[in-house]
This record gives sequence, structure tokens and C-alpha cells, in this order.
Amino acid sequence: MATTIIPFGPQHPVLPEPIHLTLKLEDEIVIEAIPALGYVHRGLEKLADIRDYHQMIYVVERVCGICSMIHAVCYSQGIEELMEIEIPKRAEMLRVIWSELHRMHSHLLWLGLFADAFGFEALFMQFWKIRERIMDINEATTGSRVIVSVNVIGGVRADLSPDQIRWILSEIDGVEKDVSALQDTIMNDYSVKHRTVGIGVLTKEQAYELGAAGPMLRGSGVAQDMRMLGYGGYSEIDFEPIVETAGDCWARSTVRFREVLQSIDLVRQAISKLPEGDLAVKVKGNPPEGEIYTRVEQPRGECVYYIRANGTKHLDRLRIRTPTFANIPPMLTVLPGCELADVPVIVLSIDPCISCTER
Amino acid sequence: MFGSFIKKSRAKSPWIIHFDCGSCNGCDIEVLACLTPLYDIERFGIINVGNPKHADVLLVTGTVNHRNKKVLKNIYDQMSEPKAVIAIGACGNTGGVFRECYNVVGGIDKVIPVDVYVPGCPAKPEAIIDGVVVGLGKFAQKVEEAK
Repeated sequence: MATTIIPFGPQHPVLPEPIHLTLKLEDEIVIEAIPALGYVHRGLEKLADIRDYHQMIYVVERVCGICSMIHAVCYSQGIEELMEIEIPKRAEMLRVIWSELHRMHSHLLWLGLFADAFGFEALFMQFWKIRERIMDINEATTGSRVIVSVNVIGGVRADLSPDQIRWILSEIDGVEKDVSALQDTIMNDYSVKHRTVGIGVLTKEQAYELGAAGPMLRGSGVAQDMRMLGYGGYSEIDFEPIVETAGDCWARSTVRFREVLQSIDLVRQAISKLPEGDLAVKVKGNPPEGEIYTRVEQPRGECVYYIRANGTKHLDRLRIRTPTFANIPPMLTVLPGCELADVPVIVLSIDPCISCTER
Repeated sequence: MFGSFIKKSRAKSPWIIHFDCGSCNGCDIEVLACLTPLYDIERFGIINVGNPKHADVLLVTGTVNHRNKKVLKNIYDQMSEPKAVIAIGACGNTGGVFRECYNVVGGIDKVIPVDVYVPGCPAKPEAIIDGVVVGLGKFAQKVEEAK
């Protein structure tokens, strides 16, 4: 049969970001997908040469706007470990609170986009309506909606007052109520299931072999969550990774949906365990010569930072490996054999964050 | 009579297309937030479309780099006249925090003419809506001049 070649992207209605896939089709069935990346490559790792290690926080927050807080946490943890700085317990817990708020807003954003990918616009609007409440919390507590910029080396620069804590608790109660009301639609609705169940199945072995990360991996039945390493304040918080076993688009969306509810619980736990104390310690000098490897759990999966310092205020090398980069090979494995109409759903189900991937 | 009808509806109900040109996503999700219930720019008759041939206004976020400058130019060229371009965020205006990166050419205006610059890193939805409203004024002027 003759092969048709269809370009998907870089500008495509379903994608908020540019990625290009060359799809080879036989009839309606995809037989091969060839990715082309680099549309968002800026080369920001190289900025470590001209910005000092404090200013680099500002840069790493802009690796990706959606999970900016967690990038900054990962970077500051690395530098703090290298310089042997012990940060105050209150700062650790505050980082957990803002990280989990970021995870909630990222997952709600994705759930909306995913609903839009299969044409359920009303659900898209509902999820984004709920998300605005979390953006309000970010804005009220830090001054910015998306890139919150609360991390500094040695702690955080903003605090939560008792009034704000009461307000946050009442807001996330509302978020929990609203999100739970949509549970039946995203998990059990007939037309939603028709578009997601059995589409893009990634088996447990494949997910592990190909090095999938985050909800993609947990959706295939591997219980791996970097937060279980107990970095920062997570050592004092009690939770289990959320796992689904089906490995299809439905499982991946269900993992993310349940993680929103889990994050609400984690914010509550972190607030209940929030100790009194300072926000940050004073940092003197430059990072000593040496290298460090840190990893954290982003909304999209495991994020790894490699930092090499040479004793000056500039870093020798900063290397960032992001979860979407790890999730592209599994995506290319599940695309062949699917129908053309399912391509947007499968591509979105990995939660592609191209600006993370290409930096 | 038909011509004046088209002229009026063009400025009253502009269709926008959004292109992410190497931004960090911060501005993109704020552009999308404009479409959702809290801000809801559809009340101004604005609809987000995916096809450049249908669009009147181009919203661009992020810096231009050596790989996507051709894509940006291509999308701009595919839009039919009259058209307006709105650059969103510090990166779109000047290159912002990434201006010194090796792969970055600079702001959007290095490649295509820009009508409105919206500042912010990331630009807030209120600022984007304000920018779109200013852009619509310029767009209406262009529609007027086109005939």
C-alpha cells in the first residue's frame, strides 16, 4: 500500500508548543513517527558562564514556566549541598507547599488541554476555571502568577502569614470539591473512555526499558516517584506514589487526576507541619570546586541537574535533564499502529513540555 | 454594501492565532488563560484559531531563534492582509533573559513587523488583554486604510 507522509506541527492547534513529527501513514494507520526538535532551543545552560550562581536561579526558573518553582528547588538544593548549607526547616516546608501548588496547577492545566485534544471543550474550561484559584494563591503569596521566584540559595524569600494559611486551606478545600465533581467525567464518561481506553498502550516492561518518567511510568504500573527519596521537606510527609496499571492514555490521565487530589493532601500535611523559624540563612562565598547530581520530581517526572563548580562565582557546567526528554522514546514506541485521529491524544498524554526538553 | 459589512465585522470580531516561538511556556499559559472562563476574551468577539489563513491577529510569545525564524516568517506570510502582530512578554519584545544565549536572534521584530509590545515576564492576562485591545485599534485602522 502507498505510504502517505503527514507533517504534524510545529504549529498545531492541539500543541501549545512547537514540536514536529513526520508521520508515515498507511491508510489511516501510523506506521512510523519521526520527531524533529530544536524549535525552542535557546542554550540557557551556557548562560552559567556569564551569570553568577545566584542569578542562575532566575534563569533556571525560565527553563519551563509551568514547573518553574520545582526547577529552582532542584538547582538550589544542588548548590546548597555543594556548599554544605543547611537551610531552615520552615524554608524546606514552604518549598514543599509551593512545589505542590505548582504540581496542582500543572496537572489541572494538562487535564484541560487533554480534554481539548479529544474535543471536549466544556471540560477544558472547567479544569482551567479551577486552576485559576491556585493561580490566585500563587499571586497572593508570592506576587506572581506563574513564575513565582520564591527560591534563593539558602532558603526562600517569602513567608506565609497565619491569615494566608487559613485562606489557602479554605481555597484548596474548594479546589478539592470542584475537582472531585469532575472525577466521574474524566474517568467514566462514555465518550472520554472511547477516546482514551486502550489507546497508546505502553507495557510495564517497555516503560521501564525505555526509561519513561513520571506519570507515564506510573501509568504503566511502575511505582517510582522521586519525592519518595525524601528530599527537602518530603522526608516528614507521608504519602504513596499513585500507580495505575493499564498503561494507556486513560491510565495516564487518571494518574494525573489522582495526583491533583494527592497534592491537595500534601499541601495540608505540609501546612500542619510548618515549623516556626527563619526563612533563609546567609550565604557567603562561592561554591567550592566539585560536582553534584540532584534530582526532584516534577509534575512530568524525574528532573535531574548536574552542577560542576570551580570555586568562582560562575559555574563550570550546568546540565539539565528533563522528564519530557525521557518520555519521547516511549511516545515514539506507542505511536506506530495507532490511528491518525489518536495522534494528538497520544502526544498530549506524555504531557510534552518542549521548552524543558530543548532548554 | 457587502464590503462595508466585511470591514465592520473584521474589526469587531478578529480571529487570533497564537505561536510559541521559543518561550518558556509562562506567557503561553497566560495567553490560554485569557481564553478560559475567568478572563474570557471571547466576549470581545475574539476566537483562537489554529490556521494562519483564517487569522487576523498573530500573538507571538518568546524569543526568535535560528531554527524557528523561518517558521515564524512562514506563518506571518500565510496570514492574509490586513493583519496585526502582538509580541508578548519580555522575550518577545527584546529577547529578555535569553538575549545573550548563543541560539537566540532577539525579539520578534527582528523577523516580522510588530504592532504592539506587551511587557512582563510572564505577561499577566490583564496585560495581554490590554495589548490585544490596543492591537485591535491598530487593526481597525489597517482595515480602514486597506480600502
